[in-house]
Amino acid sequence: MKSSVTTSPVRTETPAALKPKRSRDYGRLWTIGPVVVWMGVLFLLPLLLVLAVSFFSRSTFGGIEPPLTANNYIRFFDPLYYKILWVSCVLAFTTTILCLFLGYPFAYVVARAPVHLRNLLLLLIIVPFWTNSLIRTYAWIVLLRTEGVINTVLKALGLIAEPLPMLYNEFAVLTGLVYTMLPFMVLPLYASIEKLDKAYLEAAADLGATSWQTFWRVTVPLTAPGIMAGSLLVFIPSLGLFFIPDLMGGSKAVLIGNLIKNQFLTARDWPFGSAASIILMALTLLFIGGYLAVTKDKEGKGLT
Amino acid sequence: MRLSFAGRLGAVYAALIYLFLYLPIAILILYSFNKSKLNAVWTGFTVDWYLKLFHNSDVLEAMNTTLIVAAVSTLASTMIGTLAAVGMYRYHFRGKTALDAMLYLPIVIPEIVMGISMLAFFAQLKIPLGYLTLIAAHITFSVPFVVVVVKARLAGFDKSIEEAAMDLGATPWQTFVKVTLPVIAPGVIASALLAFTLSVDDVIISFFVAGPTSPTLPLKIFSMVKFGVSPEINALSTLMLMVTLLIVVIAERIRLRKS
Repeated sequence: MKSSVTTSPVRTETPAALKPKRSRDYGRLWTIGPVVVWMGVLFLLPLLLVLAVSFFSRSTFGGIEPPLTANNYIRFFDPLYYKILWVSCVLAFTTTILCLFLGYPFAYVVARAPVHLRNLLLLLIIVPFWTNSLIRTYAWIVLLRTEGVINTVLKALGLIAEPLPMLYNEFAVLTGLVYTMLPFMVLPLYASIEKLDKAYLEAAADLGATSWQTFWRVTVPLTAPGIMAGSLLVFIPSLGLFFIPDLMGGSKAVLIGNLIKNQFLTARDWPFGSAASIILMALTLLFIGGYLAVTKDKEGKGLT
Repeated sequence: MRLSFAGRLGAVYAALIYLFLYLPIAILILYSFNKSKLNAVWTGFTVDWYLKLFHNSDVLEAMNTTLIVAAVSTLASTMIGTLAAVGMYRYHFRGKTALDAMLYLPIVIPEIVMGISMLAFFAQLKIPLGYLTLIAAHITFSVPFVVVVVKARLAGFDKSIEEAAMDLGATPWQTFVKVTLPVIAPGVIASALLAFTLSVDDVIISFFVAGPTSPTLPLKIFSMVKFGVSPEINALSTLMLMVTLLIVVIAERIRLRKS
């Protein structure tokens, strides 16, 4: 990936060599040039820098210094740290499964709704998809906290004497994650269910399948690309959303996103934070690679 | 219209999910008008929290930062992204797959990785964190989305129209402005709206590149929430939700008009 970008003609040829013979070359230069330069300098280069930093050592004042070492990666496999990664993956996976089970029937109903309603129903899913996830997290804090709306209502109804401790635990973090990520699951599911040709379902029914069999053996396999795209779109961001555990989990929930954040901002151990980021990214790419291989969605269309 | 039992069950289920999606937001908005500062007991209607917001210089400054960063980064990312989408559609060149991958990666990797990598990059170059770094970062995460949206619009575009224009002697620039741009304009506008919302709402990447002196609104909300829940945060959140809602409705109208 790195080498092929830097060897693309736009970047490596000298200005003299770029002097076009035809205006078509100018067109290429002016359309592709800016994006290659911008993303090369501000996306690729910083990423390579993090990769480099992850092999340095931390200096006394929180900077980086030689010698080059693999210690940061070795340190990550200390139980203290890889457990964080493990817990994060379990939480992200639980979030994904919950989103899938909540989202699939929902997407199904919306995709099968009468046409005149469908655009409105879809818009109602897109709005939360676009709204600020921090604000959506905050909305749950308003609901769940000790003096929050739910406790106040339950108390007023005389159902509880003492407020329920609903915030600052794993349940709260999971609620926040599912709530934030659900639209990311529903939209790809909706797209794949809407495309599903009803004739297949009718054919299955005509051939004697029960609706349960039809669902598991026709609907699910045909909508598998949506299931996988949605799962990936929920799983990956869930690993990095540090502000949900920060705000809803209290001090109990330290996830990989929080670990990276703390290494950069509090502990000021950039090499270790970089190593953790590279591990997180490698894990992400592994999942995406798996997705691309399984679905044969070569351009990653389902994910964008 | 009569629904079957399963149909009714489905409708009820969908309604519950919509309730799950919207109830917290509705309550947040409702309580931005509640007189009580301390708890969730409703003590009367007020718009005081909104008025207070407009006398809070920190919030106004954050609002200012947010709008400047969003405006500049939207303009730049829409330009860079649209040109890229057109170029990738129009030309074949070496390294096209690599460019595809480079534009695809920022969309799929966790935002936090992008955030810390840019923080490390700016720190190594000794560029002070502030407007400049915020704008640069926002352009970077918006460009891939602009490319995706404009490319989708170009997918239905007949290449031969461009070729005809060029055969008739138009320069690539003239062809772009007079032939290509009018056709893809809805996609370009939609992508600009997307870039604007992404910028206004971004938390994670801004968190790392904003620096202590120039927080954006979401970062301001983040630090306010850390000190506790207050009706002022509700009011600020409500305003931001309204802006997003407005943009989404405009974007959807454009999207639906094209199809």
